[in-house]
Amino acid sequence: MTTAQAVETVISVKGLTKSFGPVEAVRGIDLEVRSGEIFGFLGPNGAGKTTTINILCTLLRATAGQASVAGIDVEHDPAGVRSRIGLVFQDPSLDGQLTARENLQFHAFVYDVPAVERAERIAAALEMVELTDRADSTVMTFSGGMKRRLEIARGILHTPDVLFLDEPTIGLDPQTRRHIWGYLSELPKRQGVTIFMTTHYMDEAEYCDRIAIIDHGLIQAIGTPDELKAMVGGDVVTITTADNAAAAPQIAALAGSDPIADNGTLRVEVPDGAAFVPRLVRETSVEVQSVAFHRPSLDDVFLKLTGRAIREEEAGSTDALRMMGRAWMGRGQGR
Amino acid sequence: MSTPNGVLVGPAAAATRRRPGGTLWPTLRAIYIIWYRDILRFWRDRTRLLATFAQPLLYLIIFGTGLSSALSSAGGFGGAGAPAGFSYTQFIFPGIIGMSVLFSSIFAAMSIVWDREFGFLKEVLVAPIDRSAVAIGKALGGATQAMAQGLILLILAPFVGVKLTLVSVLTIIPLVFVLAFALSAMGVAIASRMRSMQGFQMVMNFLMMPMFFLSGALFPLGGLPGWMTFLTRIDPAAYGMDPLRRTLLEGAGMPSAVLDRMSLTIGGNVIPVIAEAGILLAFGVVVLGIAVRNFRVRD
Repeated sequence: MTTAQAVETVISVKGLTKSFGPVEAVRGIDLEVRSGEIFGFLGPNGAGKTTTINILCTLLRATAGQASVAGIDVEHDPAGVRSRIGLVFQDPSLDGQLTARENLQFHAFVYDVPAVERAERIAAALEMVELTDRADSTVMTFSGGMKRRLEIARGILHTPDVLFLDEPTIGLDPQTRRHIWGYLSELPKRQGVTIFMTTHYMDEAEYCDRIAIIDHGLIQAIGTPDELKAMVGGDVVTITTADNAAAAPQIAALAGSDPIADNGTLRVEVPDGAAFVPRLVRETSVEVQSVAFHRPSLDDVFLKLTGRAIREEEAGSTDALRMMGRAWMGRGQGR
Repeated sequence: MSTPNGVLVGPAAAATRRRPGGTLWPTLRAIYIIWYRDILRFWRDRTRLLATFAQPLLYLIIFGTGLSSALSSAGGFGGAGAPAGFSYTQFIFPGIIGMSVLFSSIFAAMSIVWDREFGFLKEVLVAPIDRSAVAIGKALGGATQAMAQGLILLILAPFVGVKLTLVSVLTIIPLVFVLAFALSAMGVAIASRMRSMQGFQMVMNFLMMPMFFLSGALFPLGGLPGWMTFLTRIDPAAYGMDPLRRTLLEGAGMPSAVLDRMSLTIGGNVIPVIAEAGILLAFGVVVLGIAVRNFRVRD
């Protein structure tokens, strides 16, 4: 493990920009990730998350700006960066026709894990993700969750400084997601690895030490989950009325800030939700049909910063193609 | 992008962990493991080996028998100099081996495109290895598989009346390898520029099939119209088919004079087998160079 890096910066990004032709996917972002933390990159599909991760792991070149990982510049020494990072992609990148152990052996060989340590490290990695009893089964017989666990084991096999995970739990059921998070949240302590991950699941972002919220290629805010939630003052009140348009100015006057329309409701922040509700009902001329308030969540932070909610059902054409492809070519590949 | 490295953490620490010196040995190791993975998969998926038997058998049994019958009623295939009993099926047998090599090579290389989009290639591309290893390893992996699929057809030789000799079998192994290598390298070079499987149909229709038809697998390449003669002479596969035919049929006792008449010629001169293999190998090395360059480019 790396020593004496307790509070050091492991990833440093300055003014990073990436254009694909006329489309600016990433529009000048700055961030620093400290050693040993779990850093979350939160944003909707198409926000620039995957593009940023691909630049940091040297699969793409930045159009402008600078980035270094483990002290190595991604532009000048991509091979150096690659030897110090582990990766778990959105799509399974295992070889379905090889066994779990063979997939790890391939990885250990390519990353030049010393021959004398290989068998032992592979056994330990399989043990960690509870796949020891399936080590010699071909990966195509694995469930989605098992494949993900195997990929996490593979990602740390060569003891990287940083483990990048791009949407590590996408497409998995909630129970499996919790299981995966069980491993991930242990990793920094066990392996001394820093975790940089993207997600569009708000509940997962709560596991992170720090979060950057990204939208339209720009970072909207960076902080701990609590710091970000503190940006939303007090409580979030969700109101449904008979006529939202007419009610909005009245609510604005009562609450002291403009409500945001979201999915047929009005949302407004108030310092004290319990005191606000009776006043709302009493002083609004439009009929109030329902009202609820809660402590702010990251959803509310995102809504406040971007004016819209993250929708999990956003699926682009790539997702559709991916599903089609898995059904069509599934046999020999990641299945 | 030439801003100096704004290093924030222990560059010295990072440097000491990395190996000094050459990249040749790590690249060779990487080529080996990429090749090995292909072979492991190939071996594990033996049904594919059997499935690829189907197409050559169709050509040999149905196409071959059908045309043999038609040609013999029209006065025989080999012309006046052909020995009695020489049939069209014997003529296309080496061509069918070549066809199997051609298709297997390109298919094996095309798997890269799929791997790139949704699979294992990413694991390889982010590894700390030189990208040339990916191109070379894949080309050698495809070549090995295609070679196996071509050579296994030799077990059909007795059934189509092509006598095998020790010399013809030992000669054909390197010839099949050179063909498989050149075509796999070409496939890898094409695959290196393809970002989706949509282009695959194009490659099939506008490259693989024309290369097959113009290669001389199904008919001799002499006495063709000028435009077609030209196309056959720039078809790399033609330089692989011809040596296979010459070697196998020579071993089966076909007279040289007859073989010469069926051979690939340039300006009326029969090209020696060794020269054909040399041309093919040179082609393979050039396209592999293109593949290596393409793999090294980052977007």
